[in-house]
Amino acid sequence: MQDSNWRILTRPLIDENPLTLQILGICSALAITTSLDTALLMSVVVICVLACGSAAVSLIRRQLPRSVRIIVQITIIATLVIVVDQILQAFAYELSKRLSVFVGLIITNCIVLGRAEGYAMHNGVVASALDGIGNGLGYSLILIIVGAMREFFGKGSLLNVQILLPVSQGGGFEPLHLMLLPPSAFFIIGGIIWYIRRKRPQQVEEAEFTLRPRRQEAE
Amino acid sequence: MNALFELLLRSVFLDNLALSFFLGMCTFLAVSKRVDTAYGVGLAMLVVQTVTIPLNNLIYTWLLAPGALAWAGLGEVDLSFLRLIAFIGVIAAMVQVLEMTLEFHVPKLYRALGIFLPLITVNCAILGGSLFMVERSYSFTESVVFGFGSGLGWALAIVMFAAIRERLKYADIPQGLQGLGMNFIVAGIMSLGFMAFAGMG
Repeated sequence: MQDSNWRILTRPLIDENPLTLQILGICSALAITTSLDTALLMSVVVICVLACGSAAVSLIRRQLPRSVRIIVQITIIATLVIVVDQILQAFAYELSKRLSVFVGLIITNCIVLGRAEGYAMHNGVVASALDGIGNGLGYSLILIIVGAMREFFGKGSLLNVQILLPVSQGGGFEPLHLMLLPPSAFFIIGGIIWYIRRKRPQQVEEAEFTLRPRRQEAE
Repeated sequence: MNALFELLLRSVFLDNLALSFFLGMCTFLAVSKRVDTAYGVGLAMLVVQTVTIPLNNLIYTWLLAPGALAWAGLGEVDLSFLRLIAFIGVIAAMVQVLEMTLEFHVPKLYRALGIFLPLITVNCAILGGSLFMVERSYSFTESVVFGFGSGLGWALAIVMFAAIRERLKYADIPQGLQGLGMNFIVAGIMSLGFMAFAGMG
């Protein structure tokens, strides 16, 4: 059963989204989505690391003894992350200052290892790279939605451009401070999942048992 | 002694890694379907955390920190940029050892944990714990206490969460929100609760 490359690329966008279906890489989604620009930069970085990492793991998958595979995969990912970090510091210093901790935490972003372990270990180089890009895009999609919502409702701005004038500056918009706190990310992602599953009911996990329908009240 | 006890309490409750810093969320959401699996992964987390944080503390103090190589006559060498990769190496090795031990001695738990045991390696809670240890410059004793406390706090949080999820099975949840969607909402409410803890600090 050979999937077309296009299918490999687009499947993780909604049908097998890493955040909403595979439950991978949630920590960073919570931490960095307080504004849209960090979410965008993080998306680009994750896509690069994911594509290169999956391709590299797939390249050496036949030589890799099973018992040391995790260490090797992690080393590859950590090396890529350090390279990306250095490049960011060289060319986009201001932005890298704001992302610094989170770039390091990409190593511990389970999407990267999850795809290396779950897909790249059994598939060819091109397919693995495409799978990496696709998963990165699926991750970015959610990240951008959450980042945009939190920045818009929390500060009334998008990409640091003020759209709604807050009350403190004479406008009519009261910023929702809860949006800048971590719980709101949970609620927004929960809502996104709800929406996706309304549209695609096949994503709902099998219930372990069904509840008996509520009995009609006695007439 | 008092200070250490305070640190223990704080790392278990106030600075709970899962619910105050949102580290280790993937495992937290994925392996909390049943209380006994949650208990297993919490235990694995506790062991790995208790071992790796003091170990990373030793490595950082004696090899990587600026001026740490003075005992070898290399006082001006600063290897702290190797911090990430060194910590990850220690963590990955520990997880691999744990995986082999479990596969041999407790195959049932090993199968129950599935892919999530290797994923503990990329559990941000563990790397995050080591990075916090460096950032707050804990001594060796403090890092033992912190490692144990933060592991315990994480385990506590996941067991509580799993218990809530077991109860939720009997709840009548709107279509589409069942499962993962509801878990996010519950975790959000739990994190709101733990933010109240942080206010008491």
